[in-house]
Formats: sequence, C-alpha cells, structure tokens
Amino acid sequence: MARLTAGVGSSHVPLLGVAVDQGKTGDDYFGPIFAGYEWTREWEKAEKPDVVVLVYNDHASAFDMKIVPTFAIGCGERYKPADEGWGPRKVPDVEGHADLAWHIAQSLILDDFDMTIINEMDVDHGLTVPLSMMFGQPDKWPCKVVPLAVNVVTYPVPSGNRCWALGEAIARAVASFPEDLNVQIWGTGGMSHQLQGPRAGLLNREWDNRFLDMLESEDDAVRWIPHIEYLRETGSEGIEMVMWLIMRGALGKKVKTLHRHYHIPCSNTAIGHIVLEPAD
Amino acid sequence: MSEQTRPSTDIHAYLAELEDIPGTRVYTAARARKGYHINQFAMSLMTHENRERFKADERAYLDEWPISEEAKQALLKRDYNTLLDLGGNVYFLSKLFSTDGLSFAEAVSTMTDMTFPEYRDMMLKGGRSPIGNRSIKGGY
Repeated sequence: MARLTAGVGSSHVPLLGVAVDQGKTGDDYFGPIFAGYEWTREWEKAEKPDVVVLVYNDHASAFDMKIVPTFAIGCGERYKPADEGWGPRKVPDVEGHADLAWHIAQSLILDDFDMTIINEMDVDHGLTVPLSMMFGQPDKWPCKVVPLAVNVVTYPVPSGNRCWALGEAIARAVASFPEDLNVQIWGTGGMSHQLQGPRAGLLNREWDNRFLDMLESEDDAVRWIPHIEYLRETGSEGIEMVMWLIMRGALGKKVKTLHRHYHIPCSNTAIGHIVLEPAD
Repeated sequence: MSEQTRPSTDIHAYLAELEDIPGTRVYTAARARKGYHINQFAMSLMTHENRERFKADERAYLDEWPISEEAKQALLKRDYNTLLDLGGNVYFLSKLFSTDGLSFAEAVSTMTDMTFPEYRDMMLKGGRSPIGNRSIKGGY
C-alpha cells in the first residue's frame, strides 16, 4: 500500500526561483535563506519519495477569474511551467501521477470533498519554487507530483478547519492506494506577507513562529485560527498558511519535527520551512 | 468540536471584519465582481503579443475592454491603490508590473508612502510591524 511518510511546509516566493535560476543562492542576500534548506535537500536524497502531493495556490497563471475552484486536484500526466509574464522558468516539466491522483480525487469526493478535477494546466512558481528549494536543479524532477491547488485569493477562502479535514481525507486516500509508494505531502505559501496597499511589507516573526510551534503540537488548535487573525497578524497574503494545514492534517495527531527554518526577509515575505513526520 | 456542532459563520460579521484592516483591500466577492474586467484585462498581458500591442498604444488597448474611465485612468497612471479600490487584485495587476519590467517589490512599494529604497530598507530591518496596523476600529 502507499505510505504517507512525511510533510514539508515551505514558502514559495517567486524571487527564490529567480535566485536559483540565476545562480545567486550563495550570495549575501539569499545565502541565509538557502542554507536553511540544505538539510532538507540531503534528507530528500535519502528519502527518495515516489510522489509528492503538492499543495499550492495558482497566482493568476493557470486560472483567471472565469473559474475559481476552491480545491482542485491535478490528474494529468504532465504539467509545463507557466509563463508568468517573464517567460516560463527553465525548469523541467512536472510529471504527474495520474493513477494516484485519480484515486485520491475519487476517494475525496466519496469522502464528501467536492473536488475540481484538472486534466491540463500549466504550473506557476507556487508549485515549481518548492521543487527547486527541495531538489535543486536536476535535469528531471526526482519524483512525480500530484498538484493540489487551493483558492487563497478570492474570499472567502476555505477555513483552516476545512483544510485540516481535507488533509486527513488525503491521508486516508493515500493509505488505500494498492501500489507500494513513498508519498510526501507538502504545504506551501506564506509566511507573513502583504503585497498590496499602504500596509504592504507587514511581517510578523513572533506570530509566524507561534504558528510553527502549533504545527509541531499534538493539539489541533491551529485549525481553528479564523481568517481575520491571519489577515490582521500576518498580512493579506499570509492567509496562504491555511495550505500548510492540509499538510499538517494529513500527518495525524502526533508529529516529530525533523527540521525547522525561519528567515526575514525575502523580497516582501517572511520565509518559513518545516519538515515533519507522523509519530502516532 | 466536530464540524457538525460548529456554529455556522455569520457572513455579515465576517465580511465587516475584513474591512477593518488599515491600508488593506481584502479581495472579497464584491471587489471581485467590481474589478472583473480590470483583472481579466491584466490577465490578457500574459501573452507576448498582447504585451507588445498594449505597449504600442495603451489607451487603444484599454478601450477594447468594458472598464470604466476611472479604471482606465488609474491603469494608465499605474495608480495601484485606486485600482485596489476598484476591485483590482495584486496577482492580476502583477501582469502589468512585469509588462513594465518592474520587480514585485518595487511595484508593491508604490502603494506605500515610501520610496523603493526606503521600502527595501524597511524589509531588511524586519518589515512593517503589525503593532497599530491590525484594526481600524480597535487601533491596536
């Protein structure tokens, strides 16, 4: 059977992709950010996941305002990097795992999650930057990916509780897939940042670290944080952190922290990163 | 608390709270409706051909879209705060940033009361503090 072996949380700031693509990951500005991912890059080499369920949000790349799915799952065979206005990132195409993705999609729908199914789309920095952070610059990504896109742009976005419950349902779906696969789940986005209006540039080191503490806890209080708290405390785009709850919800009650990293700033954003494994 | 026993959210109170954050325009359904064509216009700049056509004659390109004169003027002036008021969303407007060859951070800084070097400096020093920036009514 497929096994959900670990969860990874990570920011997906587009500038990190630029730093990788332009070879700036060791400079004074980016060095401390990338240093916090070195542990994970080595760990991933040893773990060799077969598939990553990658929770992210599309930034007006594959989806425009014509259709706004709350939760959408990529069931396609492969995905190309999107042109976000600068030309597509020169990174490998992302290979899907259609068998597992369709299995998860069907299981979730039977489990009362009314998923949108995507067969074709391009994937933007929300998905490709975490791959670069965890795997560097290979000729081919070392695992298959099941993209799981969440609307965190148009309000209301899904509640933290709903995200957590979706994670629990994904874990059940993975556990009932007959093939022996090593599956990880990644939650991406955040941490505190605001990209709009006179309040732009808001960061909140203390709140972000409390959120990381809550992810490590056995207590599931983090799922009940209301949207307004993310907005007030972490900026309008800090709401992306609800996507980390899908990852955390999938890992069960108890987790063990393998690695944790926090850095301010990257462009407009606070960088957060955590690696957890189920410990029930 | 299970999902079944959780009280349902009062949508009016929920939406009212979203308007209580200083210097922030949360992208609510109301803004999404109002700014629909502004955002779809911005989305059209995803192709090289459209970017070139827009740059050649911005006004003529904007006139192809069913958007208000006020919004057209704000787009021509790159007045992003007004565009947020008119229902623009930053992820869509960012297509205009990249058409202009502006980094995200530089474009974002134009919405604040700082120059880009001042804004960059603030970020290096830990960013804008949430203290006093959380609530208009509460002032905390």
